[in-house]
Amino acid sequence: MTGPLQDTIFALSSGPPPAGIAVLRISGAQAGGAIRTLANRLPPPRMASLALLRDPADGAALDRALILWLPGPGTVTGEDMAEIHCHGGRAVIAAIEAVLDAMPGLRRADAGEFTRRAFEHGRMDLNAVEGLSDLLAAETQNQRRAALSMAEGHFSRRIDAWRERLLALSAMAEAALDFSDEDDVPDAGIENEIGTRLAGLATDIESVLDAPSAERLRDGIRVILAGPPNAGKSTLLNALVGRDAAIVSAIAGTTRDRIEVPAAIDGSAYVFTDTAGLRDDAGDEIEAVGIDRARAAMEAADIILWLGEADAMPRTDAILVAAQSDRLGRDRPGLPVSAHTGEGMSALLAELLERASALLPREGDYALHRRQRILVAQLSDHIEVAREQRDLLIIAEELRLARSRLDELTGQASTEDMLDHLFSGFCIGK
Amino acid sequence: MPVRYDVIVVGGGHAGCEAAAAAARKGAKVALLTFDRNTVGAMSCNPAIGGLGKGHLVREVDALDGLMGRAADAAAIHYRMLNSSKGAAVQGPRVQADRSRYRAAIHGLLDQQVGLTIVEGEAHELLLDRGRTSGIRLSDGQTLEARAVVLATGTFLGGKLFCGDAQDAGGRIGERAATRLGQQLRKLDLPIARLKTGTPPRIDGRTIDWARLETQPSDDGTWTMSPVTPARILPQLACAITRTNDRTHQIIRDGLGRSPLFSGAIEGRGPRYCPSIEDKVLRFGDRDGHQIFLEPEGLDSPLVYPNGISTSLPEDVQRAMIRTMTGLEQAEIVVAGYAVEYDYVDPRALTSSLELRALPGLFCAGQINGTTGYEEAAAQGLVAGVNAAAHALSQPSMILDRASSYIGVMIDDLVLQGVTEPYRMLTARAEYRLRLRADNAETRLGPVGLEHGIVGPDRARRMDQRKHWRSEIEAALSRSMTATEMARAGAFVRQDGVRRTLWEWARFPEVSRSLLTSFAPVLDKAPQDVTDEQLEDAHYAPYLERQEAEVAALRRDERVHIPADVDFRGVGGLSNEMIERLEAARPDTLAAAGRIRGITPAALAAILVHARRAAA
Ligand SMILES: Cc1cc2nc3c(=O)[nH]c(=O)nc-3n(C[C@H](O)[C@H](O)[C@H](O)COP(=O)(O)OP(=O)(O)OC[C@H]3O[C@@H](n4cnc5c(N)ncnc54)[C@H](O)[C@@H]3O)c2cc1C
Repeated sequence: MTGPLQDTIFALSSGPPPAGIAVLRISGAQAGGAIRTLANRLPPPRMASLALLRDPADGAALDRALILWLPGPGTVTGEDMAEIHCHGGRAVIAAIEAVLDAMPGLRRADAGEFTRRAFEHGRMDLNAVEGLSDLLAAETQNQRRAALSMAEGHFSRRIDAWRERLLALSAMAEAALDFSDEDDVPDAGIENEIGTRLAGLATDIESVLDAPSAERLRDGIRVILAGPPNAGKSTLLNALVGRDAAIVSAIAGTTRDRIEVPAAIDGSAYVFTDTAGLRDDAGDEIEAVGIDRARAAMEAADIILWLGEADAMPRTDAILVAAQSDRLGRDRPGLPVSAHTGEGMSALLAELLERASALLPREGDYALHRRQRILVAQLSDHIEVAREQRDLLIIAEELRLARSRLDELTGQASTEDMLDHLFSGFCIGK
Repeated sequence: MPVRYDVIVVGGGHAGCEAAAAAARKGAKVALLTFDRNTVGAMSCNPAIGGLGKGHLVREVDALDGLMGRAADAAAIHYRMLNSSKGAAVQGPRVQADRSRYRAAIHGLLDQQVGLTIVEGEAHELLLDRGRTSGIRLSDGQTLEARAVVLATGTFLGGKLFCGDAQDAGGRIGERAATRLGQQLRKLDLPIARLKTGTPPRIDGRTIDWARLETQPSDDGTWTMSPVTPARILPQLACAITRTNDRTHQIIRDGLGRSPLFSGAIEGRGPRYCPSIEDKVLRFGDRDGHQIFLEPEGLDSPLVYPNGISTSLPEDVQRAMIRTMTGLEQAEIVVAGYAVEYDYVDPRALTSSLELRALPGLFCAGQINGTTGYEEAAAQGLVAGVNAAAHALSQPSMILDRASSYIGVMIDDLVLQGVTEPYRMLTARAEYRLRLRADNAETRLGPVGLEHGIVGPDRARRMDQRKHWRSEIEAALSRSMTATEMARAGAFVRQDGVRRTLWEWARFPEVSRSLLTSFAPVLDKAPQDVTDEQLEDAHYAPYLERQEAEVAALRRDERVHIPADVDFRGVGGLSNEMIERLEAARPDTLAAAGRIRGITPAALAAILVHARRAAA
């Protein structure tokens, strides 16, 4: 009974990252298409096979992963399904999810949606049914917790303020539509007034979107060590986190892939990434892949420690490190550091901490989780469209959509509240 | 000797008349039972039909071959298209109707209807046979038998009238209340509560100084309430406008102590959007005046309805306050304004076919369900009538969903969320507002009416013609043109080199209707309303498509039925609040459950699983 219009859904079905391996499940008519887009081929049914996944937008490598193609109806959900077993780092998972999300017709699954589809196709067993009430209980717990932390936080106050402003503007638009025959309701020029007032709201919402996210707090600040081969990245990484995490060798190109090392320094979480040495003439194909990833990682990094030439800095805000100062001397630009002698290490750490403190949400700041961030971004989009419009009907429609995003964020329904605003703001009624 | 019918409709208001006529159109043998034949089709309050949101309802009732639109045209003495400068989706056709001609038109339509009998009398008692509806006993002892009954008793159940400190039992001024029936319904353990509404005094127009007042003429268009009415019929009258002022407000403030609204005599809640003048003055004390429309009640009637001054102050206060206003210095009140408080049934006890879940065969429509307004009543009446007939004749019910119509939005709101004040239709309540326009009601609902056998042959022929023209227009607009070609033809569109169909070009403001017509002459040949409708669709197409996707998702969940006897307490993991709301509304589809406030996707999945397991 799946209609052709039913979306294809995906979700992380393994435990919370980071983990050794993560499993992403896709269910729906486009599961096969999604795999073909990512891996450039569709493996034979029910046979695990290794593939290099790429972002179709720019060909950037995402991960080397196991893929599985499971045509329906003999699957858990009864629909076509696919599985991706990838590396369990947060960045990898997030990158693959983002690519899936961008594919037309694909979206993240709602809570319980896989179970629901399984059930609709008559493919669910009792265990799964029990699992569902656990999920519900967990959801309630989560909501309670989220509600609690929201209630205490600035974020909820900020959201409440947005909600008030949005309700008032929406009420203004709706009053002009539903009660244009009333004396008390302004009509002509109302579009401009709404547009002006939306501008203030838009700026406010943007500023929250620009603020650091909660994931940073939980997952750590992403620090990338980058530079040409043999610049001493791995050694420096080991010195920073105090253990032998990366493979150190004198042969250029040892660190073929990215290595992620989580570490806590001074109570804050970091994820240090050691990247493949940046060489343009990559020794082999796999190393070339590593270099691609290094570039991608650098774009997403919060802080870059650059161990190369000053004029080759990948980003202007990178910290230039004159590494191996004991061996190569100090008359180079950058902070002289030696992992061997310990020279400059405390200066480097101090610099790192200062940068980090600017990135982490301050006490009392609100930090958005991914779900919240997505909703706020959508909210912001609707407000942008509404601002550009002159047709009151469309303005009202976009404000309605904006309200429904806020409803999802707060779990409240807004139509009645909007009407409250309307009737308390304007004297209506003949 | 009991008389047998298929359907008995109690009440000759707007809900009752539509219910009886619709049930009869469907082929049922129908009795329309009411206190007094002469009040059938009476307008209790404002002599106007339509307006914003309400005009949509009238067109929808009309598309299902209901009475209201045609009767409104037969009685219209003033036409106004509200929001005429805005998009068609929020344009609201409204007419002032001659009260007695409206009533006469309704009588005429009912008389023509085969299978419908008007019975005078008071419904005294609902007859039940093993928990199912079996008929009505009248106060004179006579019984009428039927498998289905529609209650459309308006403000009459436990009705109480207030004018100053005077109180009286009654459903409308000069009419008695339905006390016995009200008591019986309470005893049947139906969820019943109180609401209130009010009406302004009526003024003798001959005592108004019209010359001093600004007037508002009828608009000069040619549109009619029902597209079936070929042209406007009656001469058109103007309305006049006056205002309240500081002196009016002072008199009201001084009189508040004698208003039942503030003495605590009235416990029911009134509508926020239709406040009494007492409320307005109190809540909006900073306003220096409120506009009052003086609306003529008919061509041969001297009565004038002062719109905007609903009140239950004592009559002497009403007189003094009226006379502070320009043009009304000498005005005489013919009937004083009053408030009415009445019982309503919590509509969450109803299914979407408007049948009481607890009493199969008993349907409710109109003000008894917590709504207010003629149009709201008529729309529910039509749905309840069709479904009562369907029940009696063992046919499938007619369920209209939120995506199909304002009627669907209203019924869904009522049966799922219930009411806290008298419910009135507003376009803001319709999330698919851009698709649900007054101008496309026939396209949306005509086929539904046909399917349920309530649309007559004339209407069916009209629908065929419109369908033919629509496809002609679609074909003509599928022709594609480049930006360059458009510019050559005189439309200053951006030269982006894109090839678009005329349908797509139609949403660009630079592309005029005459230019489109030059490429697609059929736009001129087709009836204007069909062309207008198509071009409006084209204009909002991107939004309509997005809503289309939302609707597809809605309809998917609409197909998943939740059994009526499902035990929500047995669904693991639901919170108490969720359970309470689900139990009050008893959603019959998964989609409906999802619309109840606070129900999450995971909760829905659990309900679904539980329901399927129970069914297995
Ligand atoms: C004082 C007043 C003020 C109002 N103000 C407004 C307003 O400001 N705005 C607005 O939109 N609407 C207003 N209305 C509401 C509007 O008139 C109603 O919503 C609409 O008419 C309801 O229609 P109905 O068919 O449900 O009931 P009604 O039109 O009330 O019809 C009820 C019918 O049932 C019959 N009946 C009742 N009980 C029995 C019985 N036991 N046996 C036989 N017959 C019975 C009555 O005779 C009557 O014909 C007002 C109504 C009143 C009375």
